Amino acid sequence: MRAIKQAITVTLISLYTIPQRLSSAAVAIVGIMGVVVVFIAVLSIGEGFKAAMTNAGKTDRAIVMRSGADSEMSSGLSGASVDIIKQAPGIKHDGLVPVGSAEMFVVLNVNRRSTDTPANVPLRGVDTTALAVRYDAKVTQGRMFTFGTNEVVVGRQASGQFTGLNVGDTLKTGKASWNVVGMFETGGTVAETEIWCDVRVLQGVYQRGNSYQSVLVHLESPAAFDTFKDKLGADPRVDVQIKRESDYYAEQSTGVTNLIEGVGYVVAALMGIGAIFGAWLTMYSAVVTRTREIATLRALGFGSMPVLISVVGESLFLALVGGVIGATLAYVGFNGYQASTMNWQTFSQVAFGFAVTPKLLMTGLFYALAMGLLASLIPAIRAANLPISKALREL
Amino acid sequence: MKYLFLIGRNLLRRKTRTFLTFAAIMVTFLLFGILMMLRLAFAGGVELANVSRLMMTNKVSMIQPLLLSYNDRIKATPGVASSTYSSWFGGIYKDPKNGVFEFAVEPDSYLKMYPEFQLPPEQLKAWLADKQGAIAGEDLAKKFNWKIGDTIPIMGTFNRPRGGDNQTWQFHLVGIYTGDKKTDKTQFLLRHDYLTDNRRGTQEEGITGWYLITVTDPSRSADIAKALDREFENSDFETTTATEKAAMQSFANQVGNIGAIVTRITAVVLFIILLIAASQMGLAVRERTNEIGAMKAMGFTDGLILTLTMAESVVLAALAGFMGLALAWAFGTFAAPTGAFLPVFFFAPRDIAIGAALAVLLGIVAGAMPASAAMRLKITDALRKV
Repeated sequence: MRAIKQAITVTLISLYTIPQRLSSAAVAIVGIMGVVVVFIAVLSIGEGFKAAMTNAGKTDRAIVMRSGADSEMSSGLSGASVDIIKQAPGIKHDGLVPVGSAEMFVVLNVNRRSTDTPANVPLRGVDTTALAVRYDAKVTQGRMFTFGTNEVVVGRQASGQFTGLNVGDTLKTGKASWNVVGMFETGGTVAETEIWCDVRVLQGVYQRGNSYQSVLVHLESPAAFDTFKDKLGADPRVDVQIKRESDYYAEQSTGVTNLIEGVGYVVAALMGIGAIFGAWLTMYSAVVTRTREIATLRALGFGSMPVLISVVGESLFLALVGGVIGATLAYVGFNGYQASTMNWQTFSQVAFGFAVTPKLLMTGLFYALAMGLLASLIPAIRAANLPISKALREL
Repeated sequence: MKYLFLIGRNLLRRKTRTFLTFAAIMVTFLLFGILMMLRLAFAGGVELANVSRLMMTNKVSMIQPLLLSYNDRIKATPGVASSTYSSWFGGIYKDPKNGVFEFAVEPDSYLKMYPEFQLPPEQLKAWLADKQGAIAGEDLAKKFNWKIGDTIPIMGTFNRPRGGDNQTWQFHLVGIYTGDKKTDKTQFLLRHDYLTDNRRGTQEEGITGWYLITVTDPSRSADIAKALDREFENSDFETTTATEKAAMQSFANQVGNIGAIVTRITAVVLFIILLIAASQMGLAVRERTNEIGAMKAMGFTDGLILTLTMAESVVLAALAGFMGLALAWAFGTFAAPTGAFLPVFFFAPRDIAIGAALAVLLGIVAGAMPASAAMRLKITDALRKV
């Protein structure tokens, strides 16, 4: 009990004296703050990208592609296969019509607003059932395109990130020109980076005859997936692979997310080591300047443990201050920041917002405290073992 | 020179503190090196691209094809010296995560277009003799332990082979190309005519991915590129031709501005280390106040005191900085994480020079305030303290 009281007292003394050592304390705070900002900022890119991709995938939708294809981009399905796929059990029906959309997926060169250089913006040809299958999409501006015409609707993100994609614009690519008649939202997911048009019109423009790339179906329920997959997978008339849409997008996001996270962790770890040395330096000089004070306390009967705890406590306090400032800066500066990058599997752009999630903020703070703890250990042990007589004689 | 000993003794006075500062600066410059290598790896295609090569892609998008028949028309365009073509093959070696990038090419003209890909003449001969042959970059071959003579199974995603299971291609590895550290040695090159053979009778028979073109006079590149695009205007396959550098830049822009992100991180890192180093030098000068007073009383001039304090800071920062840069260089040379996404990963001499200059600059800036304080110190004040 007494030891605890002592520890609290000594820690308070060291905290009260921080203003006297402000410039030295600032080193520890700013160092840790910098690491936390960079750590959270880099990982928020990965989180944002992952969210845009995985939120797009629903468990009650399944995507059917040719077997061996690693994405819609490299898939191909004949019109005959599409008819067979749509008859498979497990698909939700609207009256007698199966709720499944046979689609084509191509990319167009559209200039990015920020750099004015071409980017691969995906153009998806969709079926008349498209909005029933993609029930998360809402046309929020203008109207849905009319099937059989060269009208298109653009995703909110595509419209924001790339030039000439506002409602009323005309998009010219090669010999085709597309009239933008509406804008849709899907809650910030990858679909919002796409442009949608009538798949039959797109087949004509790309001279694809009656061939498609994928079929997206709305299942009766998430559980109906197994029936759908087993029955269709065993059908010898088609050569397809069937994936739950949520799994499909999770797979698509791993490459980029892992790369960003890998870079983020390596950079944060190295910066962290640097910051630990910096904070260590701070605590070391704090102990040196307080040598006399600590020795006096020891001579008065304070134990070595409370002294040790006070040094660790001060370091943790500085780290916490640095961590909180860093996390706040990262949140204010980066949360929701809009960017777009390449999804390598489909070779097309994905627009997303940086996501500074609560989990990231907590991880950042935890990391800050860990740095503070590691930095204080050796100076704390040193302070606790200070030979009293020698320390009092010093200076 | 005679003061070097003094500087050394001063640095070693507080060993722990000097060690901590040294370690912090060293780690910072190791990180600087890694960040620069990352930047180069992402922007590398741009910085290492050849300005005299032109790249021609489909105007609608680079994933749309061009016709194989364009080759003769390109060659006949005035100002064109040579041309070759290449296609994205899009196959998977065992696992998509292996990230093996295959390109279908016309061996002879492609290797002439890329003289940086070095293939022994007898291996080229073997490749020309075997339609099913393929060559791999040194780094790729090492990664999967491939040897010449191996048969490499590649699963086609959109390109399907005739025969077999209609899905798995079998390539004979007839050569391994090498190149200097700036060269991407992770590619897998197969013969375009073999791909075309397998496409006979389909819509894809007469197509290829893009063209690479050299011009007789690089200063006229822009005009020739325009002339080429005009040649194919209003066809079903319109083209966009640009220098390889411009094409790579536009591609890098698609990935995102990695360079800007890396530069910002570097700035934050350097600012933090500056604070640490400056605070350490400030402490060193403060605790030596009366010693500096004594030195001045003995006749050390203000200028000399300034120089000595600055030198101490610069020596520490430079030694630690160079050490960090050396570690980064060693990492880039012996442990480079090259792969499909990072085809080149090395510490460019220019970046090493920038790092070295930054280390010295760090020492100067960190030492400036403490050194000028030491210079201005009055003997009477300094000796009165304590």
